Amino acid sequence: MDTPIIDLKGLHKSYGKHKAVDGLDLQIYKGEIFGLLGPNGAGKSTTILMMMGLSEASAGHINIAGINPQRNPIEVKRVIGYLPDNIGFYEQRSGRENLELIGRLNGLSTEEAREKAYALLQKVGLDKVADKKVGTYSRGMKQRLGLAETLIKDPQILILDEPTLGLDPTGVKEFLHLIQELNRSQQLTVLLASHHLHQVEEVCHRVGLFVAGRLVAEGDIQQLADQLFANSHPTVLVSTDSTDKEKIKKAEDMLIAQESVVSVDFRDNNFTIQHTNHDTLPIMDIFLRTQVPVTSLQQRTYGLDDIYSFYFKDSSI
Amino acid sequence: MKKYFDLKSMRVLVDKEISDYIRSKKFIILLLIVLCTSVASLYSSLSTLRNNVPSPDDAQASFFFLRVFTHSDGTLPPFHVFVSFLGPLLGIAMGFDAINSEYNGRSLTRILAQPIARDSVLNAKFLGALTILFSIFTMLIGLTLGLAIFWTGLTPSLQECLRLFLFLIVTVAYVGFWLNLSLLFSVTWRHPATSALVSIAIWLFFMVFYPMIISVIAKSMAPGMYASNQEIQAFQKFILSIMRLAPNQLYEDGTIVLLMPNVRSLSPLSMEQIQGAIPSALPVWESVKVVWTQVTALVALTVACFACSYFIFMRREIRA
Repeated sequence: MDTPIIDLKGLHKSYGKHKAVDGLDLQIYKGEIFGLLGPNGAGKSTTILMMMGLSEASAGHINIAGINPQRNPIEVKRVIGYLPDNIGFYEQRSGRENLELIGRLNGLSTEEAREKAYALLQKVGLDKVADKKVGTYSRGMKQRLGLAETLIKDPQILILDEPTLGLDPTGVKEFLHLIQELNRSQQLTVLLASHHLHQVEEVCHRVGLFVAGRLVAEGDIQQLADQLFANSHPTVLVSTDSTDKEKIKKAEDMLIAQESVVSVDFRDNNFTIQHTNHDTLPIMDIFLRTQVPVTSLQQRTYGLDDIYSFYFKDSSI
Repeated sequence: MKKYFDLKSMRVLVDKEISDYIRSKKFIILLLIVLCTSVASLYSSLSTLRNNVPSPDDAQASFFFLRVFTHSDGTLPPFHVFVSFLGPLLGIAMGFDAINSEYNGRSLTRILAQPIARDSVLNAKFLGALTILFSIFTMLIGLTLGLAIFWTGLTPSLQECLRLFLFLIVTVAYVGFWLNLSLLFSVTWRHPATSALVSIAIWLFFMVFYPMIISVIAKSMAPGMYASNQEIQAFQKFILSIMRLAPNQLYEDGTIVLLMPNVRSLSPLSMEQIQGAIPSALPVWESVKVVWTQVTALVALTVACFACSYFIFMRREIRA
């Protein structure tokens, strides 16, 4: 890969004593969908506003497609399409008027703006309600109108801040699909800030975990898991429907006695067993011998959930 | 070379502001109130003046068109008094939610994410509102002139036109001051209700309570029966200057001098000053000189308010 299209180095932002962003380094390359994942208040929106030149950085360097947004905010806003969280429109105007206004603010003539707005409204599936007031739009329609607005300037980079907040499951699916399609067809670089890990997992090529103003981990999901759980043991989850406490106690004792087992935890009819074996035969053998019926046995793999909770458990202190 | 002032996007924003105003209901209602009262007052003064139209060679005829705006038959106050009273309400209605409603509607971030300078949003609000005000008052004055010409057959002289034009400028500056004051509050406070109430409180204070306070002060400070001429003069001067702290007083001073060419001073004149003066109308430029301070003060107040809003707005964090 060549030079990154978004390059943040040692970015700081503090409000009084509170550090919203604390030494952020981030590189995003052209054509990537990058997921910026973090809980509310982690500093995602602040970072985005600094990248747009809408907020001043306390320290650090930002480079967006060769432009320094702190010095040249107007230029950078030509390159970035930004969909803020909780986007607000002029509710008294129709979707088309809202879109045309943004188009004209981006230097299009009235006719160009009209043509482009029409094409984009079709693209996001709003052409039937284009002349209704935005006040009557549903949340999902507004979000799609917002996406159309970011696209009217032909951006190189799309920044979406919590784009799926408040959408119903089908809405989320359609929206994410639309983003993926845009990324593929136009080589758009997408930065998606969210706290919805599953959506991020679904569409993003790379993910950055952002906690309390710091990027604690970065990479694709597998890399993150490897980084995180390299030192921990394989874990097996065993469920049982047995209510015989004696037998369960016996099984538990035998499991602990087993050499390869590191720890056993029994809770709500589930055993969580950490072991060093490369297969689960010895464990299954114990359940057979103690006559504890097993309803399921599962080798635990690590998804984004675990990664997320692993980091955010620490951060909540 | 870098363009620091982007005229094109500015135009788009001003367009948007103007169409916003024209469509907004609160503006239409207030406009109707202002228009109804103004038209009523102008009509009543016109209809009484119409019955005793001066002949063209009469000395009075030379300023007939100015008298339409200051004349009152006693039932309704003249036009400029109405404007000094209701104009502020119009200005406040146009400004009080200009910025904070965009904050609350979260449309501000969206507009600022476009390639425009931050100040152009505020500038557009100001310019858009001023354009509207200018059109309203031009229309009112123009209509009245037209009706007066139609009814009397007289035509306004160049001097009258000039004076009316200056009157228009002063009126827009006066309403513009209230507009900018409420614009400042709309930048300062997040809630439109707060900024509206504070603006209206200030308006009420200057309209109703300020004259009362002045009369209390005047009563306590009034020189005795046997006070010297100088003492009385000093007292009058003092009362006049504190009265002129109110913007509506500045406006009324300005309009009176501009619309009544015979007025040659706004403060008491001594016998020495009057002696030898020829009781004739002042040329336009001389009238302008008389009200120069008042008009400058009005414009300065407007500019100061706008500068404060500009400063606060540019420093404000955009995060909603």
